[in-house]
Amino acid sequence: MTNSSGTNLDGGSRPGGRGAGTEPRNTTAGPADVPDTPGDSHDGGSPAVARALPARQVLYWSVRRELWEHRWLYIAPLVVAGVIVLGSAAGAIRAPAGAALLIMPGALNFAAGALMATYAIVAVIYCLEALYGERRDRSILLWKSLPVSDIGAVLAKAFVALLALPLLTFALTVVTQAVMLLTAGAVLAATGMDAGALWTHLPVLPMWLALLCHLIAVHSLYFAPVYGWLLLVSAWARRAPFLWATLPVAAVLIVEKLVLRTSVFAAMLEDRMAGGRAAIPFPMGNVLARAPTLASVERFLATPGLWIGLAIFAAFLAGAARLRRYQGPI
Amino acid sequence: MAVIEARGLRKSFGATRALDGIDLRVEEGRILGLIGPNGAGKSTAINAILGLTPYHGELRVLGCDPWSARDRLMLDVAFIADVAVLPRWLRVSQALDYVAGVHPRFDRAKAERLLAKTSLGRNSRVRELSKGMVTQLHLALVMAIDARLLVLDEPTLGLDILYRKQFYDALLNDYFDRGRTIVVTTHQVEEIQNVLTDFMFIHQGRIVLASSMEEFEARYAEVTVHPERLPAARALQPLSERQAFGRSTLLFHGLPREQLAELGEVHTPGLADLFVATVGNPAGVPQGARA
Repeated sequence: MTNSSGTNLDGGSRPGGRGAGTEPRNTTAGPADVPDTPGDSHDGGSPAVARALPARQVLYWSVRRELWEHRWLYIAPLVVAGVIVLGSAAGAIRAPAGAALLIMPGALNFAAGALMATYAIVAVIYCLEALYGERRDRSILLWKSLPVSDIGAVLAKAFVALLALPLLTFALTVVTQAVMLLTAGAVLAATGMDAGALWTHLPVLPMWLALLCHLIAVHSLYFAPVYGWLLLVSAWARRAPFLWATLPVAAVLIVEKLVLRTSVFAAMLEDRMAGGRAAIPFPMGNVLARAPTLASVERFLATPGLWIGLAIFAAFLAGAARLRRYQGPI
Repeated sequence: MAVIEARGLRKSFGATRALDGIDLRVEEGRILGLIGPNGAGKSTAINAILGLTPYHGELRVLGCDPWSARDRLMLDVAFIADVAVLPRWLRVSQALDYVAGVHPRFDRAKAERLLAKTSLGRNSRVRELSKGMVTQLHLALVMAIDARLLVLDEPTLGLDILYRKQFYDALLNDYFDRGRTIVVTTHQVEEIQNVLTDFMFIHQGRIVLASSMEEFEARYAEVTVHPERLPAARALQPLSERQAFGRSTLLFHGLPREQLAELGEVHTPGLADLFVATVGNPAGVPQGARA
């Protein structure tokens, strides 16, 4: 896995060794010059500076590092999924024969909703902790001693919240719902009914496609500025990042209400938190949802709020990276 | 090209001048000790060199501006701030995986060889290790990076004497060569005196004395003076005088050894004593001349 980029890190002996003066030193054990390695540009200016590893490899290891540190990112959803599976199995066994067909749609929706809520909670806690925790435990000095840029570190953390977590949530929801359907099917079969009816009766595949679209479109892309804000506060706060993330927002709400007697900010916030217009083409992945079409993708991409939000998100990330550059242990 | 070159390096925290116009030039293959009391500006200088803090003035490290190119600089620079920066959740194997994953100059096989000499298990987490073991891990990681500049800021703080000795032995025997440069700050000046090739005294944000060790050994001498020669010795304007076991030890600058040998036992002074003599006594008036 380390060698996904074609750069052999464990090559042992380096050709040439050290002390070769101004000659650029190269740790790749393969062909001496990998043409597409980023970092070529500054070799001309200062020949003594080594090449950086490909950005995607650095991102990969930075994301893995996040998952090592924050194991609860996947343990919490796994626990929730486990509880749902056990609960639905118990429910399926105790329910009257044949009721599974009636209960299943609601149970599947509940499972998806619970895992989605878990994702949202986990992502909020993670973003607030991400750039604050490394300063509190002083490990920022270790991370900064390695050739990973501040923006690279911030992007890895945003990647976890906006891509790794929704994909994990999606996979976990699919597995949970499949296990629920199988359990219910087994109970049906045990009572002499057709277990396959569940799968044919319920639009399982469109439901999963709708779920994936909803997670990416609403929970990831549309909520992005919220996570960006949390990362920014996490990079800035010297203590109590949760309060610093929430109190200023509350202050703006109150001041606007009292001074301007309007609630524009409150309306904006409400729209954002409820998924707003973005959620219309991609409703929460419930069983009755129709599979998203190309038209819904177009409609989603035409939502101005999406692009405004993403622009704010980018600004927040740039701010967080800039703050991290100035920050040391607290 | 000098490894580190600074001109007029300044940095203030509010009204406090942490760095008040520092000029320095460190050539390749040197081991430079930055020596000074707490708050003298050592760590600020180190942080500026590592791109951890913005500064005024001119600073080039391996041809880079550290503040704007910290990530690029770290391809060629390794540093140990102090032992407490490895996070508690980190496993030994994860530390190796991660550094190998992000650092092109990391020689994993070398790190494994260094770790094999220790009692560290691959699966141990930092929180389960003693302070000394964490240092061994950090040192193994850093020594396996083929860096051109290694910066150590109080690397042995809080370690017992056995580990401190091992630390510097490992650094000198298994790591240092003429192509590398090391900058180190420490409170335990005596421990690194015979490791250094150069030293610099920093006091109140300024460099008060900078010299190579050869020059220092040639120019400065300490004499434990025979009591009857004391008046003659004092007449030679010693930098300082201290008492130990009822005998006076005087520190001289720029006098031939043969001349000093007539006064008593001549030996190389400790950097700590020279620091006290230099900083505690800026006017150059002999100290402790009361006896």
